[in-house]
Amino acid sequence: MNEENLIVKKKKGFSRRKFLVRSSIGVGVILGTGFLTRGLFKRFAARLVNTSEPVYLGNIDDPGMWFEITIDNHIILHSPKVEMGQGTFTGLAQIAADELEVTMSQIQVVHAATTSGNVDGFGTGGSTSIAGLWNPLRELAATMREMLKNEAAKQLGIDVSELVVTNGTITAGNQSRTYGEIVKEVHEWTIPDVPPLKKLKDYKFIGKPVPRVDLLDKVIGSPIFGMDASMPDMLYGAVSRPTKIGATYVDSDTSKAEKMPGVVKIVKEPDFVGVIATSRMEAENAKNALNVTWKTEKNWEYQEIEDMIRVGKGDPTVIQREGNSSKLLKSEDGVIISEYKSPIGAHAQIEPNGAVADVEGDKATIIISTQVADITRKEVAKRLGMDKEQVVIQPTFLGGGFGRRLHTPNAIQAAVLSRSVGKPVKCFYNRQEEFQNDTFRPPTHHVLKAKLNDEGKIDAFEHNVSSGDVMYGSALLPGIVGTILGSDVGAWRGGMIQYSKIPNYEAISWRVKLPFATSWWRSLGLLANTFAIEGFMDELAVTANKDPIQFRLDHIQNDERGNRLIEVIKTARDKAGWNDQVINGKAMGFAASTDANTPVAQIAEVSIKNNAIKIHKVTCVIDPGLAVNPDQIRAQCEGCIIMGISASMFEKMNVRDGQLEPIIYGPYKMALMKHAPKEIDVVILESSETPGAVGEPPIGPIGAAIANALFRLTGKRLREMPLKPG
Amino acid sequence: MKITFKINGSEKTLEVDENTPLLWVIRDTLDLKGTKFGCGKAACGACTLHVDGEAVRSCSFPIKFAEGKEITTIEGLSHNGKLHPVQQAWMEEVVPQCGYCQPGFMMATAAMLEKNPAPTDDDIDTAILNVCRCATYYRMRKAIHRAASIMDESTYQ
Repeated sequence: MNEENLIVKKKKGFSRRKFLVRSSIGVGVILGTGFLTRGLFKRFAARLVNTSEPVYLGNIDDPGMWFEITIDNHIILHSPKVEMGQGTFTGLAQIAADELEVTMSQIQVVHAATTSGNVDGFGTGGSTSIAGLWNPLRELAATMREMLKNEAAKQLGIDVSELVVTNGTITAGNQSRTYGEIVKEVHEWTIPDVPPLKKLKDYKFIGKPVPRVDLLDKVIGSPIFGMDASMPDMLYGAVSRPTKIGATYVDSDTSKAEKMPGVVKIVKEPDFVGVIATSRMEAENAKNALNVTWKTEKNWEYQEIEDMIRVGKGDPTVIQREGNSSKLLKSEDGVIISEYKSPIGAHAQIEPNGAVADVEGDKATIIISTQVADITRKEVAKRLGMDKEQVVIQPTFLGGGFGRRLHTPNAIQAAVLSRSVGKPVKCFYNRQEEFQNDTFRPPTHHVLKAKLNDEGKIDAFEHNVSSGDVMYGSALLPGIVGTILGSDVGAWRGGMIQYSKIPNYEAISWRVKLPFATSWWRSLGLLANTFAIEGFMDELAVTANKDPIQFRLDHIQNDERGNRLIEVIKTARDKAGWNDQVINGKAMGFAASTDANTPVAQIAEVSIKNNAIKIHKVTCVIDPGLAVNPDQIRAQCEGCIIMGISASMFEKMNVRDGQLEPIIYGPYKMALMKHAPKEIDVVILESSETPGAVGEPPIGPIGAAIANALFRLTGKRLREMPLKPG
Repeated sequence: MKITFKINGSEKTLEVDENTPLLWVIRDTLDLKGTKFGCGKAACGACTLHVDGEAVRSCSFPIKFAEGKEITTIEGLSHNGKLHPVQQAWMEEVVPQCGYCQPGFMMATAAMLEKNPAPTDDDIDTAILNVCRCATYYRMRKAIHRAASIMDESTYQ
């Protein structure tokens, strides 16, 4: 490999050389049968109790394994990304299968553990998994295939050029060897240069709507989630968590809890207190019997939080500027001004946070639903006073991610409890603790200003967003990015102006630190920012007396980015049969956003019945570049649309007497079956040969599309989420 | 207390605190992990299973009420290695995303279809009140209708 390529790879965070060397270590053989039934936890348990199955030829503590090849000719792909519903495992399986020349049923995807595979140091999030692994994984798989062919050539005594690979079997004339058979005989691998990748048209699985690889497990209720994990001799822990904002642990009276049934040990740490018992209920009951002293500086109320989130307060950063809008918008003459707001949002993922930890001697093992295994590992190591290498994080399937699993103090708590008792401990949040100790989507306040010229075109446009921290609240932001940008990239995601034909525009982000944790929530600032900008665009179209869709098209440049946006907008207009009149009590609303270079346009068809908003149909057009799995892209669009309906129509956390509330589903209103549109029409445009972001972009436009439809229906402009029709 | 019930066809007798929620007995004592914990207050439906054929939110169902009952969990929904029509429909519509809440939805759906083999959209809206954060409702509705038609066509017992 030449030096230049290596540097390019390193800049992207990947070293090709490392990949290949590691992949060679990882080629192992699993003895035994039952490939398909051997689930993650069975394997894990097996390793713990030291049975003979499975056996790796490679040292399992060597990091960096990508593929295992089994004797019965299956490939196990150790994914550096976690599966939280977004379908990444399926996409990765398709990508690997195509270059490895195996069928989908021959490939199984598992979560890489920090010690046995490559765990992505960035974590899983930001709609980056498929896009980020598109090239590295194809190169790895193609190289692996060539390595197998080279070995087959040696074993068969035939020139490699005469070999044909089909479904994991290499043939030459009447001789054939399966990958599994070849691997068995290899003692030392030779790593070739990365071979040329196949042409797109030659892929059999990439681009096809193959079913999810985890489908059957999820339909039969397999124990694949963090909360399903267990270890031999495991005890149950419960940790006391604060109910009030900003509360810190002072001390606790444990005398009553100690006497509760099933209690094994009470663990008092400088920053928390926990109990260990023989069952979950006993642990919970004993925890409730703890008398904990918390220190709280202040009893916060919602109004105080809302007053903090105001454009004009906090630190402003100009994140986008073209021309001189501030000069044009200085005098109030002819300037249109609107304010928009969004509330505090909870993640409300159904699987609570927690972990199963086993700390014994100089080794810690944690099974956990986490989006950031590498960060979890470092944090646990630090707390236990261990080296990173002494800590194994085994990620599991996530019962929802949405950004909630970027912060994993639960891993530390479980580890500390386990160490104190010398046995594995399982320790999970209850639902109230989830709601009150969430890392919330911060509330936002937006001030938008614009001026139209005589032809009804926008002359100047300004978007100000005030938001609690998103990136800054996250462990994922490298310090350097903060220093350079001085603003919160997460908070202004979706806050830039995509209407590039406007001669003067500016976007300004106002940063506010709130007294409770705020962080990533699916799409970060996109939902709120699009709600504000696209609502305001609709207002401007009405003022200019233009069709709202044509009005948008009139303000987009014909450059590469602009053309993609134009295309999704026009397709949505045609597909939905756009009409800006109220017909049979129904009205349409339009909105579009560009997030992570993926443009999305949506049209919502809405009516109001008994003072309730009803969403009949949503048309969604997305251009994610190459569609690796069109069916899963559709699924992400459908999910984003309904989750976005939930967030923009129902969800809101309140703050009262120092507490975040509600503390349970139901009172925390969310979309249910009855609120989901009965028709969702997703159209995928593929403008490129490289896959882009999918998991978050489609949540952008929905709130604005609904509000804009409601304006057509009622004449009333709604500028605050959750939307209230009355 | 000592308690005896049938779970997925086999009889169990356990010594357990009478107020322990059925969910924890099933998950931790019987090690059937398909029934999920979501809220502990019967608010989300992730823990839905069948008690004598009725959909029950097991996180709020004390074990003492299970005496002599027949309990079915997601693990017992399929018969003789054959998926239940609801599971079959879920596969065909590729419903699950993260998948965590799905057993609860499938159990709620199976119980509904026993009483109402051909539900309308309104029937579904009224009967299925579980929470799915990935918001797979759109495909779930399609899968419910599909399950109804599979059950109608098949001789599934």
